[in-house]
Amino acid sequence: MTRFFPLRVWSAIFAAAALLIVVLPLLHLAVPPGHPLHVSSFWITLLGKFMCYAVVALAMDLIWGYTGILSLGQGLFFALGGYAFGMYLMRQIGRDGVYKSDLPDFMVFLDWKELPWYWAGADSLTWTLFLVVAAPGLLAFVFGFFAFRSRIKGVYFSIITQALTFAAMLAFFRNDMGFGGNNGFTDFKRIAGLPITSPEMRTALYVLSGLYLLAALVVARWVVTSKLGRVLTAIRDQESRLMFLGYRTLYFKLFVWTLAAVMSGIAGALYVPQVGIINPSEMSPANSIEIAIWAAVGGRGTLFGPILGAFAVNGAKSWFTVAYPEYWLYFLGLLFVLVTLLLPRGLMGLAEKLRTRRGEPAAEARELRLRAVKP
Amino acid sequence: MSDRPVIHGLGGPAGAGYGHPVDPDRVDTSHGPILYLDDITVSFDGFKALNKLSLVIDRGELRCIIGPNGAGKTTMMDVITGKTRPDEGTAFFGQTFDLTRLPETEIARLGIGRKFQKPTVFENHTVFENLELAMKTDKRVKPTLLARLSGAQRDLIARTLKTIRLEGAEDRLAGALSHGQKQWLEIGMLLVQEPELILLDEPVAGMTDAETAHTAELILELEGTHSIVVVEHDMDFVGQIARKVTVLHEGSVLAEGGMQQVQANERVIEVYLGR
Repeated sequence: MTRFFPLRVWSAIFAAAALLIVVLPLLHLAVPPGHPLHVSSFWITLLGKFMCYAVVALAMDLIWGYTGILSLGQGLFFALGGYAFGMYLMRQIGRDGVYKSDLPDFMVFLDWKELPWYWAGADSLTWTLFLVVAAPGLLAFVFGFFAFRSRIKGVYFSIITQALTFAAMLAFFRNDMGFGGNNGFTDFKRIAGLPITSPEMRTALYVLSGLYLLAALVVARWVVTSKLGRVLTAIRDQESRLMFLGYRTLYFKLFVWTLAAVMSGIAGALYVPQVGIINPSEMSPANSIEIAIWAAVGGRGTLFGPILGAFAVNGAKSWFTVAYPEYWLYFLGLLFVLVTLLLPRGLMGLAEKLRTRRGEPAAEARELRLRAVKP
Repeated sequence: MSDRPVIHGLGGPAGAGYGHPVDPDRVDTSHGPILYLDDITVSFDGFKALNKLSLVIDRGELRCIIGPNGAGKTTMMDVITGKTRPDEGTAFFGQTFDLTRLPETEIARLGIGRKFQKPTVFENHTVFENLELAMKTDKRVKPTLLARLSGAQRDLIARTLKTIRLEGAEDRLAGALSHGQKQWLEIGMLLVQEPELILLDEPVAGMTDAETAHTAELILELEGTHSIVVVEHDMDFVGQIARKVTVLHEGSVLAEGGMQQVQANERVIEVYLGR
């Protein structure tokens, strides 16, 4: 255990996890509404959403912070995981849709008579869970293989990923793709036969998201503290040197790129039943850029930073889009500029700076940032 | 099995008793030199960087290559390491590996280690991690993810740290080392790869006199156990380590022989040593 994190960090992780995954759900379920300690479903849904975002930020940190590959299409993998699970949710509606048909409403509306072949497995939860992993994973693997093999790097890679998610968005907007066009999927009723809007189900999804975030953190930490993690940072700093040492960096990049896509896809699958809708706007280029901003604001190459960044930026977004909806994008842009100029290492860098100023040794923070527990 | 036994890579028949076990992953020097370049020509936009260059390095040899700027020294290194493909000529590593065909990473894996002119260590990694990354191991993804250092590997790193005078500095970030120390770390990164052939491109460029002297000691320590090719401008340094010197000029070999022999060669004096 201490191979991954120092004991103090483990305690902090467990404290945060206990609060998020145990205390809040209990206050939601066990304390009656109206009581001052009651946590409303609004907060459970909001934080559940944030935890899904946090996993995507974590995935972003693996590929951008550690490996130096700036993906501006990470939202695509998130959305694909979401769509894969959304198909199952659509089938779970059964005959309770507006048209009382066996087919999902949008298909009735399009006058389709039967399910397209790629919807065949959507009734099965097992198949759906497989698809949640396989769809983003396969796309990332194939796309990554060709992109990395052609040695596409830096800003070119960012632009291509951006184009990829944009193209996917346009495709999903089309009604005849069979994914509900611009309305996407919504009006979900059940998961595994149980009502989706019940407090118990909501709490279960929330707790699952929390556990998933915790697991993703440990897996990411395991990856970056392994020798492979040191190879990834070496790819970021000096890729050609590493190739010269005999590492076929293509496969290392492909590994971390696919891992990040799968992590994001699963997060998307947990996200969709909590927010109750998935549509092509999740694939919009702006969404993917926001993911990069979460990571940058929190502090790249720290794992904790991007999680923090996802919570902080989305917290600000939730407040801002209610208070000053028209100014949110300006604020986001400003935030990005300021962080880049003043806090190149994000909130984590700021915290470290404050600690050193207070005279505490920076050693541990450094340990967390980069290191690789000494093998 | 075919009834005509075939020696790997040669495609010719092998008579009974003349065969020897050939490991397809090891360089085969049982019948000749470790490096064999013949009639290599490389041109860039009509300019011949290498012009019918021929060079033979024996196993265990320490060879210095000198020559004025633009003589083709670096291009020659690029051909040997697969970075540049020659337009003509043959380049063999041992008897079996055709350097004009193999990809760069494969050549590195087979045991040609190169130290670049400019030190390119991983600055955000510690000295220890630099050596760990460079070490000769299975460098595919899964073994790397699950890698743990064995006792023998730790010993190798400890020995190397001693050779390159960085004992006690293993936890320092490589970016914080002095220029000379970075050069040594580079050499250390070559040594842990246990290469068959070491190419050193200007190993003492920018070093202090003391650092240069130590580098000479270090290289002489390696002589015999390793085959080494040193490209260098610094004639004092070459004088300290040279056994056999090859002088390049305009992409081909101008002279070859002992240091004094070469220094006495009139054409060499004319084009390079001057006066």
